[in-house]
Amino acid sequence: MFLTLLPEITLVVLAFVVLTTDLALDRQSRAFLPYLTAAGMLLAVIFTIVFALPGDKPQLIFGGMLRHDWLTFVFRLVFLFGALATVLFSAGWERVARRGEYYVLIITSTLGMMLMGASADLVMLFLAIETTSIPLYILAGFITEDDKSTESGFKYLLFGAMTTAIMLYGFSMLYGFSGSTNLYWIAGALMSGELPFISMMGTVILVMAGFAFKVSMVPFHFWAPDVYEGSPTPIAGFLSTASKAAGFAVIIRVLLTAFPLEAFGGVDWTMMMAIAAALTMSVGNLIALAQTNIKRLLAYSSVAHAGYILMGIAAASELGGLSVVFYIIVYLVTNLAAFGVVAVAERTLGSNDLEAYDGLSRRSPALALVLLISLLSLAGVPPMGGFIAKVLVFAAAVEANMVWLAVVGILNAIVGLYYYLIVLKRVYLFRSEEEDKPVPIPRPSAVALTVCLIAILVFGTIIAPWFDYSGIAAGALF
Amino acid sequence: MIPLSWYLIFSALLFSIGLFGVLARKNAIAILMGVELMLNAVNINLVAFWRYIVPATTEGWMFVASVFVVAAAEVAVGLALVYSIYRGRRTSSADEIDLLKW
Repeated sequence: MFLTLLPEITLVVLAFVVLTTDLALDRQSRAFLPYLTAAGMLLAVIFTIVFALPGDKPQLIFGGMLRHDWLTFVFRLVFLFGALATVLFSAGWERVARRGEYYVLIITSTLGMMLMGASADLVMLFLAIETTSIPLYILAGFITEDDKSTESGFKYLLFGAMTTAIMLYGFSMLYGFSGSTNLYWIAGALMSGELPFISMMGTVILVMAGFAFKVSMVPFHFWAPDVYEGSPTPIAGFLSTASKAAGFAVIIRVLLTAFPLEAFGGVDWTMMMAIAAALTMSVGNLIALAQTNIKRLLAYSSVAHAGYILMGIAAASELGGLSVVFYIIVYLVTNLAAFGVVAVAERTLGSNDLEAYDGLSRRSPALALVLLISLLSLAGVPPMGGFIAKVLVFAAAVEANMVWLAVVGILNAIVGLYYYLIVLKRVYLFRSEEEDKPVPIPRPSAVALTVCLIAILVFGTIIAPWFDYSGIAAGALF
Repeated sequence: MIPLSWYLIFSALLFSIGLFGVLARKNAIAILMGVELMLNAVNINLVAFWRYIVPATTEGWMFVASVFVVAAAEVAVGLALVYSIYRGRRTSSADEIDLLKW
């Protein structure tokens, strides 16, 4: 049983090792800390694959607190990959590169996400969500001398604390309805059919408030652009990928296991999620059109992508689950690459305004290429991974008799393409006076960007194995 | 014995007052106090349900204990962030913390 938790145990040990090494080293040699963190995380990845492989049957471990299945496994790798890339981007970002506690917070937050993906009990779920969120509040406000950073951390905390309290109220209701905090017990109690529809639906809404905040679903998306703009750029990337993936892992597990569709009869949460999906992608895409700051633009684009992923959840089918997992994997590498480029460019350009990106292709062809591939993948252009991911969520919506939702999605994809192309137009066609000044790429960032780039292209061209893995992972829920 | 519904009504009221405080108060510290009220409403709910429905189990008060601990941690981080904003800008009013907006 302890072997199945070995990746998490590795992270706990790693956090202490990094913290003590930080004390022992002088300022110069602290530049080695990100590599130590990355090595530890790589070890956790290896442990996940070698020792913590789930069997054919999903099993509940630690008194029903955690569920060890293929979904847990896939999401563990997703979070570890996101954290690894973030650590590598941070190594090249001078203001945080030598701060030991910064890496400890990233490790702790990743630990929380891994537990979030596995939770099968409300108490565990709550603790995991807070283990993820509290370090992220500090990370967003990490640069205390920068007023924007502290402000973003504070806004993130206020939104987070409020939505978590609402979610907890929903949890307390679930406990009252079923007399248990176990998700499978709760499902059984709801299935008994003694509860009025209004109290079940009300509880779904209360609980969803907390999850919606994590994935920046409309109307809980207001924090996203402000927090992404103010927080350190590698952290903005981490928030928009790994943290969001953790939110979706929880949403699909809780909605599909604790609120079975049969318990509702007729009107259930799929309609609510479909409307939320349509609103989320429309609001995200339309406001993104008006942005002049690349971090805010990517923030609204990430709100829109949450909408696409919600389409797969609204379908509530096996294909829907598969499309959600596939979309999250592709979105993770794509958005990490996009934020990685912003983090690298910010060092030299000194600004996140779109104007600063004029003529970037002449200052650093490699960086411009990564931005091109990642933005086209976000827009859903073949042969990038984003295209396949979009096809799958649209297919899931059509299969679930929600053709209108697929139409809204396709219209939104067109709007999205427009603002991604505006950025690329600046990068490739515009000229600037500083074209003779190159934009250097730090080596760790270059490694992470290359891996992301290859992953985007592989997900878009060799589809079958990833399709199968996503199917196996989603199959653990049905 | 006092019926269960009294506790639930009390906790719903407390939750609403807390939520109103979070949404309406201007001072950052007062907003954090609103969050605390909401969490206390949750705790009352949990304890009442535990006592009246499943007094033989431990899950209810275990949940309450973890809510306590996490709430304390959250407030500690919140106050630290308020303090670092105050050092930079000499204000703790949520209306004046407005560098970031579209």
